[in-house]
Amino acid sequence: MDSAAARARASADGHSSTAPAYTEFHPRWYRPRISTYWWLGRWPYVKFILRELSSVAVAWTVAFTLFQLWSLSQGEVAYSTFTRRASSPIMIALNVIAFGFLLLHSITWFNLAPKAMAVRVSGKRLPAILISGPQFLAWFAISAIVLWIYMVRT
Amino acid sequence: MEAKKSHEPIFWTLFSAGGVVAALLLPVHLFIFGMAVPLHWIHGPAYNLLLSLAQMPIARLYLFVMCSLPLFHFAHRFRYTLYDGLQIKHLNEVVFASCYGIAVLGTVAAGWLLWRI
Repeated sequence: MDSAAARARASADGHSSTAPAYTEFHPRWYRPRISTYWWLGRWPYVKFILRELSSVAVAWTVAFTLFQLWSLSQGEVAYSTFTRRASSPIMIALNVIAFGFLLLHSITWFNLAPKAMAVRVSGKRLPAILISGPQFLAWFAISAIVLWIYMVRT
Repeated sequence: MEAKKSHEPIFWTLFSAGGVVAALLLPVHLFIFGMAVPLHWIHGPAYNLLLSLAQMPIARLYLFVMCSLPLFHFAHRFRYTLYDGLQIKHLNEVVFASCYGIAVLGTVAAGWLLWRI
């Protein structure tokens, strides 16, 4: 945080260590080729790519839901076909993996919010837990309510 | 030099809104219908009850938001995963069209299904 501010100030003053001084002739770019698998080998990078790939699980879950809604609209026979297909080992395995990625998305998303929003109260920045905490609570509450609605109606 | 006007804020807002919706609503839905019911942890709602539930106006709106916005979240995030992570930069236009094409098609499908259900 402080070092980033210091770097920003340094580059604004023109004393940055990375930006070259102005030359009339453009320097040749030095851009070494980075491996496609640059993110393998260091856990924070792997975690970053896994977090980004959680979007595939998001799309999958929506597709699953659309398929369910379509079956629901087609009548009772079609819906029982849907539940039978959803009970196949492959579908259960896919959904368990997708659920893991959805949890990764939710947790990283709520924890990211305090970093994206700097809420200040009387000049002081609110602690991260006061921003992410209510979102986790809302998540638990909504999940419990949805679960309750389905449980009550069985 | 004149700054180029960008549509990025629109896509980023959809990404952000979709991220919130996906984080709050999707896990419990997949947990119930993808895991808990197929594995017999809980009994699934009977067909007629589930249908009458999905036909409530508030439920239609809920399901539409739950399906549409997360797809735009996916479109943005997956596009940049391919771009930065896997360095598929030469197919940028194709990737962009595919990702947002999926999001628009999914939104239309959700609207159509929920209208007719």
